[in-house]
Amino acid sequence: MFDKILPYLLSGISVGGQYALIAVGYTMVYGILRLINFAHGDIFTAAGFFMVYLCTALPVQISIPLVIILTVLLGFTVERIAYKPLRSAPRMSVMISAIGVSYLLQNLMWYVTGGLAKQYPTIPWISNSITIGTATTKVVTLITPLLTILLVIALVTIIQKTKIGMAMRAVSKDFETAQLMGIKIDSVISTTFIIGSLLAAVGSVLYFSNYTSVTPTVGAMPGLKAFVAAVFGGIGSIPGAVIGAFIIGICENIIKALGYTTFSDAFTFALLIVILLFKPTGLFGEKTSEKV
Amino acid sequence: MKKTLAAALALVMTLFGASALADTVKIGVFEPASGDNGAGGKQEVIGIEYANSVVPTVEVGGKTYDVELVIVDNQSATDKAVSAAQELVDAGVSIVLGSYGSGVSMAGGEVFADAEVPAIGCSCTNPGVTSLCDYYWRVCFLDPFQGTVMANFAKDEFGAKTAYVLSQLGDDYTTGLATYFAKAFEEMGGTVINEQFTEGTSDYTAYLTNAVNGGADVIFCPTSTTVASLLINQAASMNIALPLLAGDTWESSVILDAAKGTSLTICMSTFFDENDESSTEAAEFVKGFKAWLNANADKKTNNGGNDIVAAVSALGYDAYMVAIEAIKAADSIEGAAIAEALPTVVTTGVTGSISFDEIGDANKDMAYIKKANTETVAFDFVKTQTVAELAE
Amino acid sequence: MKKSTKNLINIALLALMFVVLYLLEQQFGRRSMLITVLKKGAIYALIAVSMNLLNGFTGLFSLGQAGFMLVGAYTYAVLTIPMAKRAAVYQYYDGGIIGFTVPAIVGILAAGALAALIAALIGLPVLRLKSDYLAIATLGFAEIIRAIIQWDTLGPITNGSNLLKTYPTFKSVIPVFAAATICIGIIVLLINSTYGRAFKAIRDDEIAAEAMGINLFHHKQMAFVISSFFAGIGGALLAMYQGSLQANAFKSSMTYEILLIVVIGGMGSISGSVLASFLFIAASEWWLRFLDTEMALFGGTFKVPLLRSGFRMVVFSIVIMVIVLFFRRGIMGENELWDLVEKRTKKAKGGAKR
Repeated sequence: MFDKILPYLLSGISVGGQYALIAVGYTMVYGILRLINFAHGDIFTAAGFFMVYLCTALPVQISIPLVIILTVLLGFTVERIAYKPLRSAPRMSVMISAIGVSYLLQNLMWYVTGGLAKQYPTIPWISNSITIGTATTKVVTLITPLLTILLVIALVTIIQKTKIGMAMRAVSKDFETAQLMGIKIDSVISTTFIIGSLLAAVGSVLYFSNYTSVTPTVGAMPGLKAFVAAVFGGIGSIPGAVIGAFIIGICENIIKALGYTTFSDAFTFALLIVILLFKPTGLFGEKTSEKV
Repeated sequence: MKKTLAAALALVMTLFGASALADTVKIGVFEPASGDNGAGGKQEVIGIEYANSVVPTVEVGGKTYDVELVIVDNQSATDKAVSAAQELVDAGVSIVLGSYGSGVSMAGGEVFADAEVPAIGCSCTNPGVTSLCDYYWRVCFLDPFQGTVMANFAKDEFGAKTAYVLSQLGDDYTTGLATYFAKAFEEMGGTVINEQFTEGTSDYTAYLTNAVNGGADVIFCPTSTTVASLLINQAASMNIALPLLAGDTWESSVILDAAKGTSLTICMSTFFDENDESSTEAAEFVKGFKAWLNANADKKTNNGGNDIVAAVSALGYDAYMVAIEAIKAADSIEGAAIAEALPTVVTTGVTGSISFDEIGDANKDMAYIKKANTETVAFDFVKTQTVAELAE
Repeated sequence: MKKSTKNLINIALLALMFVVLYLLEQQFGRRSMLITVLKKGAIYALIAVSMNLLNGFTGLFSLGQAGFMLVGAYTYAVLTIPMAKRAAVYQYYDGGIIGFTVPAIVGILAAGALAALIAALIGLPVLRLKSDYLAIATLGFAEIIRAIIQWDTLGPITNGSNLLKTYPTFKSVIPVFAAATICIGIIVLLINSTYGRAFKAIRDDEIAAEAMGINLFHHKQMAFVISSFFAGIGGALLAMYQGSLQANAFKSSMTYEILLIVVIGGMGSISGSVLASFLFIAASEWWLRFLDTEMALFGGTFKVPLLRSGFRMVVFSIVIMVIVLFFRRGIMGENELWDLVEKRTKKAKGGAKR
């Protein structure tokens, strides 16, 4: 029995880890700006393309850090150009701007790649096969959850212990008061986007090493699911997002195992709606009257 | 003043080129250059372009017309296909060739029928393309035949009793072919496990595990090449021993690249084999096409960077030749007149002789089965299968 | 101006519009790009206005429009495919299980009705959510609707993953405009009624609106259902325009496009949405087409850089970003074309008196 379930669990945990790395970006931005950053999934995709193009000229070891730097730059630029001018505008305008950025990034990637799927480069060792019990899988499947948890622990430490982390917490608690206390809002927000993009870049390396073809719209679905994970775990809460992501990843694979393959995506959204209706603050979210 | 005028005139002349002076007939090329089927669409286009370089003119009413190809990208999506088809009609094409992918052909068919422009499908195999549209013809075989061929192959070659059939939700080609395979396989007493994945799925390990756990002997997965490369990659890393079978889309260098160095068994049915020397037309085409590819670097890139002749290129070539014959037979460049002449056209193409039945389908009765050789990175010919053999 | 003269002028203007449309169609032919753009523009205008009713006038940020269009489009197509063609369309489901065909107009109304019914059901739980939570929940529902329609088990009704076609379509531009004009007219009347004022009150300040005695949930539900009704009709018209239908096309990106149209036109302006729809469709389908084709000047010696497939959409999305960032109020803001005209005429008159 366990033999048969193991492969599903493995891929569920691996997928969950990838969702988690994206979900952290969503949840941090939402915690601070109260903005669903619709473009986050596209930044994740862009990281995939950076790797594809860099690897045509450079060895993998140099490409990976460059990919991370480029992705961080992209996330930073998007915030500065598309979100910062709208700081005082209604929330809806910022969200529309996010949708616009997502539209632009997708069209841009479509244009650059000619709309064709690109093969992701093979990264030595982590793309190798490995056998655990009865299941054979890639090494990256095992690395993903471990690396995810390590990164998240590091992130939580930053937020709890450092000065910038304290500033972030203050801003997410009360935007205006934090500003009055002399916190530089803009740099806090930029840092949030930098961290979010960095994790998305790492997530994309892990994701595409596993699923090796990159298309302009490939990030849309993982992006949405990661967002659902963030809501599920209680938006604004980093551990919540990670646990939510793992639960969604595993559930999705169990649904497929049960034979309801048609509804594996629909299930995620059904879960979202149920959560929103019965526990709007998610598993670990803080209770506020403002949110729902 | 005179000087500037002359210069301006010269500029205008060069801008519009000499093409405005000669009579031209426009042939629309309705193919995906992007999206899931972009790679295959490009191979079909180069077949058509090569044909155009071989026969660049056509005689109509005693006058020689230059044939101009109007190429649009339908982006492998049924909603984009409608505007792409509209663009062709607006450009004033006399006849349309394409498309790779049945769904887009069916969507475009409505526009062509409305504008009374005939269309010739090159590799769209779903029955609905022609049966639901009076202005669509095609030069390839159909999915009911292809599905039956692969079901027989699964049973005869691999002794399969249970088949795992995987198709893409919302895609006419894959669900259609999967249905026909399943039907034929069940009629022979086999068991079928049917599952579907949604567009944009990246993780196929759960599906492959379902196939193994369900006790399947073969996996039939007639997907797009984009999906195929993910599927093959994951099957390889999971050490799947089951043979992967598919339809004509899988005869692509994308498959070979993904399968390189693995121990997978991958077989597909297709329309044409470049090493088949039984027909002189085919041999001549293969020779000429390879030379043309090697002389045009960008065309070679569109072919996946090698000079292996894809079946869809051969079909594109044939479709172009049929279109030329139809224009000659109609002795007109009016769409409606060409549509009237098309059913009577009989030619010998590189993929066999071509004539149409009353629905508009070519009377094709032979499929080639090929196997991906993971060491030499090429397709090995396995066997041919005809309708008559299946009936026995 | 007296109300009756105003109505007369409006009717005359509408009549004039149809005469012009008729002449244009005669002049350019119904397959020309101009007429195509007009057809699609009118359909998008209706859909954009229906979304504006919700997002711009009632302040409910819903992203479920594509889902309701999908319901409408499928209802129409499934009900109106001629019996003789069903066997071929439902080739894998033995001709399907729907044993009757209804006239096109009944199909269109049924499309709106079913979309409205589903909206009523979804609205019960969802409308209790606010702003971005509402957005993401409606987006989720649209995706769920799509999965259900593509579900193999429902194949005998929806044809599963496969294309629907051969249902009746319109050939001329006149019926499209007639349908869109009637629907938009009804929405305008609604917005100018007491209900419309209640909607705007909810948008501007929910708590104040409630204090004034407006039943929040009741009115939100009403706006949601009416908006979905017209989205359903818009979906049916879109299906007619395309001539073939597949659930795959109705993704969230379609909702985003419509939302962007509403934003470009101005949240809370009907005439803005209409104008923006025509501009959006004309730009994306027609005017910017040249950006997608490679161009060689001077007899092929100079290749214009950047021009190739996909560039059109890049330019287009940059333009949209500029509007979103720098012209946040869109073309019309919250004003209407007719109000502007009236103001002008009043000003002119006032000047003459003095």
